[in-house]
Amino acid sequence: MKKTFRLEGLDCANCAAKMERAINELDGVKEATVNFMTTKLVIEGDDDKMPTIISEAEKVVKKIEPDTVMKKA
Amino acid sequence: MKKRLWRIIIGAIFFIVALIINIDINWIRPVLFLVSYTIVGGDVVLRALRNIIRGKVFDENFLMSIATIGAFFVGDFPEGVAVMLFYQVGELFQSYAVNKSRKSIASLMDIRPDYANVKKGDELVKVDPDEVQIGDIIVIKAGEKVPLDGKVIEGSSMIDTSALTGESVPREVEAGNDILSGCININGVITVEVTKEYGESTVSKILDLVENASSKKSNSEQFITRFARYYTPIVVIIAVIIAIIPPLLFEGATFSDWIYRALSFLVVSCPCALVISIPLSFFGGIGGASRKGILVKGSNYLEALAKTEIVVFDKTGTLTKGVFNVQEIYPIEISKEELLELTAYVESYSNHPISLSLKRAFGKDIDNGRISDVEEISGHGVIALVDGKKVMAGNIKLMKKMNIPYFDGELIGTVVHVAVDNQYAGYIIIADEVKADSAKAIKDLKAANIKQTVMLTGDAKNVASKVAASLGLDKVYAELLPGDKVDKLEELFSQKSAKGKLAFVGDGINDAPVLARADIGIAMGGLGSDAAIEAADIVIMTDEPSKIATAIKISQKTLKIAQQNMVFAIGVKILFLILSVFGITTMWEAVFADVGVTIIAVLNAFRVLKVKNL
Repeated sequence: MKKTFRLEGLDCANCAAKMERAINELDGVKEATVNFMTTKLVIEGDDDKMPTIISEAEKVVKKIEPDTVMKKA
Repeated sequence: MKKRLWRIIIGAIFFIVALIINIDINWIRPVLFLVSYTIVGGDVVLRALRNIIRGKVFDENFLMSIATIGAFFVGDFPEGVAVMLFYQVGELFQSYAVNKSRKSIASLMDIRPDYANVKKGDELVKVDPDEVQIGDIIVIKAGEKVPLDGKVIEGSSMIDTSALTGESVPREVEAGNDILSGCININGVITVEVTKEYGESTVSKILDLVENASSKKSNSEQFITRFARYYTPIVVIIAVIIAIIPPLLFEGATFSDWIYRALSFLVVSCPCALVISIPLSFFGGIGGASRKGILVKGSNYLEALAKTEIVVFDKTGTLTKGVFNVQEIYPIEISKEELLELTAYVESYSNHPISLSLKRAFGKDIDNGRISDVEEISGHGVIALVDGKKVMAGNIKLMKKMNIPYFDGELIGTVVHVAVDNQYAGYIIIADEVKADSAKAIKDLKAANIKQTVMLTGDAKNVASKVAASLGLDKVYAELLPGDKVDKLEELFSQKSAKGKLAFVGDGINDAPVLARADIGIAMGGLGSDAAIEAADIVIMTDEPSKIATAIKISQKTLKIAQQNMVFAIGVKILFLILSVFGITTMWEAVFADVGVTIIAVLNAFRVLKVKNL
């Protein structure tokens, strides 16, 4: 399953890279990409783990850049 | 953004007043500096504190707070404020530049329709394109975007397809024509029956493709990510060493001096310029290409394209139009018109592409009353009575069978020999036409340093070599079966250098295996063809092979700019890192180096978007 999110307020490219790395390490994630330019986060992962993946990803985003909000695209 | 600007301005005023004020009261100056600092950098310090509570220590907010507060403690108020002021100005610039580039890239893709006018009874209702269903009738007024793919059922208009194809000449549509979403209706009002849902429509497919393109990262992007990963911890360790070791080892070296140097070192070290500018360059390249009607499915393909050494073309539908047309008419003892008319009549019962091209060339309606006794001899041709005359039209075998002497020279293309009442009446050559810009395409590729251009085709050798010679191709392989094409490609692979890439250009219809095997598969005429969009790495929306050279030029430019940024950013960083170790740079110069490099790199990456003259 593939889910796309918008990262509102994503302001720092290095943070985007850090988020991508951290989300890729979450359990059940096949591939995650953060596109700094389009401020889009795409997560591909196991269907049944998706809800936990999303809430974990939200925590990751908040931790790395507190002003960034993860929204459904 | 505005708020940040005002904070900087007000803070700067306090700072200047504090610098020039001439009062004997001792406390007034530090207080003014402190006010200025709070206005300008208060949020940075707050963020740093917040992040420390969250367990995240080494970020730029922390660095700036430590560096500036450190300066306060040393008693150097002006420097503390100046560094913070500079940092904030830089940050503001940086987010301005990033926003600006995001916007200009977004405007490239400004083809997303906002609404559709759906006809419900006599009323027009504005709805979200997402809600429109197949079979709904929509009305598109002048100046509006075509929201969904469909068929025109009423009205006619000129439409601007430039957002999809990069083609600036508008196209005319009328009832019966298909229309693709993402185009803009220029003048008339047209009524359209929707044939595809929004998610399946051209516009959303293209948007999807371009927006997700950069998820496939290029080697340079991957390098930067890996680089940043090791770089940050190494820099922090070095900074700690700088702060502690020299004061312990050398006499006269003070902690305050070396801690200051270590802080400057940390300030310079932020890898932002690199991390921003490389992906931005590639994203710009993909955006610029899409402006030209070239869709690139990922940064990695754009990068590979710049290293192309061999370009292999499919012939039919790629370099040629894939439409058979009458090229030459050689009559003997009758007029050209008469020969064409008789041949068209004889062939009128067939639906073979050759017969169709004859009918098209004849251009008038066929009067069935004038033709009788049609006899088709399979593999030879057709014999029929036209206006009472016995007309035979077919290949050499037919002429031989009927014992009719015929022209036996070398002819290129498909030849239809004709005899009237057992007398040879001449021949007509039918061939596939070369596209108008094919020759330019090959020439441009040579100019872009492509080492070899090759054509593969299932066509006859003489036809293929004629086309290849007229276009200036280096090599041609003819009479290939579909399976042979992959073998030939393997053969060509061995002729390129290890780092060089091989690109295959086809129409995406029956060459999927070859498209997949090539380093870069390029499909032509992607507009409206899902097969081509699926199969290829790069899709040329129009039918112009010259766009391949354009794509290669864009990729070369993108790569060059990405490399410039990489060398520039790493170079300046290393230089300032060394300078700060030796205490040659002050802290605010370090800030300047950090944000300056980022801004210059972003501006440089911006140049990729300028593709007008490519």
